[in-house]
Amino acid sequence: MNYSSYIALIPLLPLAAFVLLGLFGRKYFNRSAGIIATLFLLIATVLSLYTAYQYFFVNGKVGDAYQSITALNYTWLTFSENVSIDMGIMLDPISVMMLVVVTFVSLMVHIFSLGYMKGEERFATYYSFLGLFTFSMLGLVVSSNLFQIYMFWELVGASSYLLIGYYFQKPSAVAASKKAFIVTRFADLGFLIGILILAFYGESLDFNTIIQNLTTQQSSQFLAITSASFIGISALTWGLVMVFMGGAGKSAMFPLHIWLPDAMEGPTPVSALIHAATMVVAGVFLVARLFPVFSINTDALTVVTIIGVTSALFAAIIACTQTDIKRVLAYSTMSQIGYMMFALGVSGYSGENGLGYTAAMFHLFTHAFFKSLLFLGAGAVIHLVHSNEMKDMGGLRKLMPITHISFLIACLAIAGIWPFAGFFSKEEILLAAYNKSMVVYVIALLTSGLTAFYMFRLYFSIFWNKEADAHDHHGEGTFSMKLPLILLAVCSIAAGFIHFGEYVSSDGKALPSEFHLSFALAPLALGIGGILLAMWLYKTANDKPQRLATSLGGLYKAASKKFYIDELYLFITKKLVFNLIGRPAAWIDKNIVDGLMNSIAAATGWLSNLIKSLQSGKVQNYLLYFFGGIAALVIIFIYIWKP
Amino acid sequence: MSDIPVSHILFVSTALFFIGMYGLFTRRNMITMLMAIELILNSVNINFVVFNKYLYPEKLDGIFFTIFIVTIAAAEAAVAIAIIINLYRSHKSIDVEDATDMKY
Repeated sequence: MNYSSYIALIPLLPLAAFVLLGLFGRKYFNRSAGIIATLFLLIATVLSLYTAYQYFFVNGKVGDAYQSITALNYTWLTFSENVSIDMGIMLDPISVMMLVVVTFVSLMVHIFSLGYMKGEERFATYYSFLGLFTFSMLGLVVSSNLFQIYMFWELVGASSYLLIGYYFQKPSAVAASKKAFIVTRFADLGFLIGILILAFYGESLDFNTIIQNLTTQQSSQFLAITSASFIGISALTWGLVMVFMGGAGKSAMFPLHIWLPDAMEGPTPVSALIHAATMVVAGVFLVARLFPVFSINTDALTVVTIIGVTSALFAAIIACTQTDIKRVLAYSTMSQIGYMMFALGVSGYSGENGLGYTAAMFHLFTHAFFKSLLFLGAGAVIHLVHSNEMKDMGGLRKLMPITHISFLIACLAIAGIWPFAGFFSKEEILLAAYNKSMVVYVIALLTSGLTAFYMFRLYFSIFWNKEADAHDHHGEGTFSMKLPLILLAVCSIAAGFIHFGEYVSSDGKALPSEFHLSFALAPLALGIGGILLAMWLYKTANDKPQRLATSLGGLYKAASKKFYIDELYLFITKKLVFNLIGRPAAWIDKNIVDGLMNSIAAATGWLSNLIKSLQSGKVQNYLLYFFGGIAALVIIFIYIWKP
Repeated sequence: MSDIPVSHILFVSTALFFIGMYGLFTRRNMITMLMAIELILNSVNINFVVFNKYLYPEKLDGIFFTIFIVTIAAAEAAVAIAIIINLYRSHKSIDVEDATDMKY
């Protein structure tokens, strides 16, 4: 079956919305911008669902595995016969899955924003930015080669910058957008180096060719990349770790996570789209995309596992102490992405070993639904109380019943309670970790308990705790704000029942999803324990949390200050880099480089000052020079210069 | 005519050239300077004619050259006078000392 007739429309429709609204939006359709963008995206969503249907059910498997199809390929820049940069669309299980997730969540956010952003002055600009982001993210997931993915990767970063800094009148939003951009750019430097290493040794930019070249043990490319080494580590490991560095930056993995909590300065629906469901999982997607190469290199996988598991635990601890609800969600996102990362890290390639891969993708899939639901729910709450702080909330369950129920569903899903989506994906991740390493398993288990605790701390603080303030509330919000919550809540329940392993696995073959009741008991018990603890502490207003915090002392303080990572970065950049590298470099630039230029300019000026009186403007003077010159030449050629 | 030695005629031509040069350097009036230029050109013409006559009496190349120069001198005089008229319109003077705007 032929996809090429419509597949390109999926990314191009949001792009069309961006161009249309970006150029003419503020002038001609500032009020209808939302509807227009939503319609464009609705078509894209329908098309991507149709693509998924075609891919998984109509075309199905060839042999016993899903194939990777290049639906479109366009040679863009040709350098020589063998080297060219292409733009293509590649369909395989993960990219089709991501198409569905990205368009669906983006559609939900578009609909939600109709109510949330209503009356904004730059309403059309907001929607055009959303369109740009959706376009870049869709382009990223269908990329067929490393260079294309890098381009869209940067586009995603740029549109994220625009959206975080949407409220540019607020200095904190401007600072946050800059921080996000700079930190991810820094990580992308590693990504670029990784691309260059892999493309140089793999002798191609195309994913399929690179994977083919670098995973065949006898191929010349494989021998070259494994024998080349730098400070004792092979070029393959370097390339993969560098690519992972790019992914870690985008996915806010420790220690490059510092931009994510600040990125919450953006409008809340944007956080739901970018910083929960789509952009931040780009790193996971990237590792999954190159997974066949990762899977033959245990060193790189170990790095992925360590970073993932550290981020998961680290972020979960911080999330327990934050009071800004969006920041809690941000750290929770980081923790869940840590889960996906280490699931990839503990995974092997093919068959039963590939469980971690499937689990990571499954968790990515379910997480997109419940985390965007949580963010949109938080958005609805913020819309009502006009504050991000937990202490301004409480008792909202009667004021906003739909938000309350959907938020509860999402919390149960993320806490991993049966039968909600998170339970199934998390169980698979834990199983994969259990098969590989006990340490990772224990940390993951602990983290899942913490997850349940902090999510329900959030839930009880918002919807129970004290009674709601009586000041004038304007209701729960428009229908357009409730509809996405309901749809996402349905997905958060239903997504878990998909037999994900059948569709997405590391080698394309179906992976039977097993369910071990005895194995599921431990995380379930921990989850319920976490919920009960949170209920005991936060269901009613009391001083127990305060006393607990005091008794934990230093640990609590360190966690609430985010373990001083920001301060550490500031110390390194401001004190060390600025003083030791920046200042000397500035001195050299000011004194030596500029000095050289200035003295050349001064010498020229001095010389021209000396001889400028020759140009007197008097014609007869010039005549005199002219005839004098001729006379001099005559004398030289006749009397002096004799060859 | 053949009994006039070449040196005499060359002396006239050289004298004409330096008279023209002197006029070009010392006169401030642009029309006088133009006349001085004509003197220089004519000294060259005399040179051409005389060398043609004494070196290649059977050919006419030098004489043709002279006719060319006379023609071009006429055209050049027309251009020069146009320049002078424009200068007069803008500066109300045809003294070269007054037209010294084009300097540093």
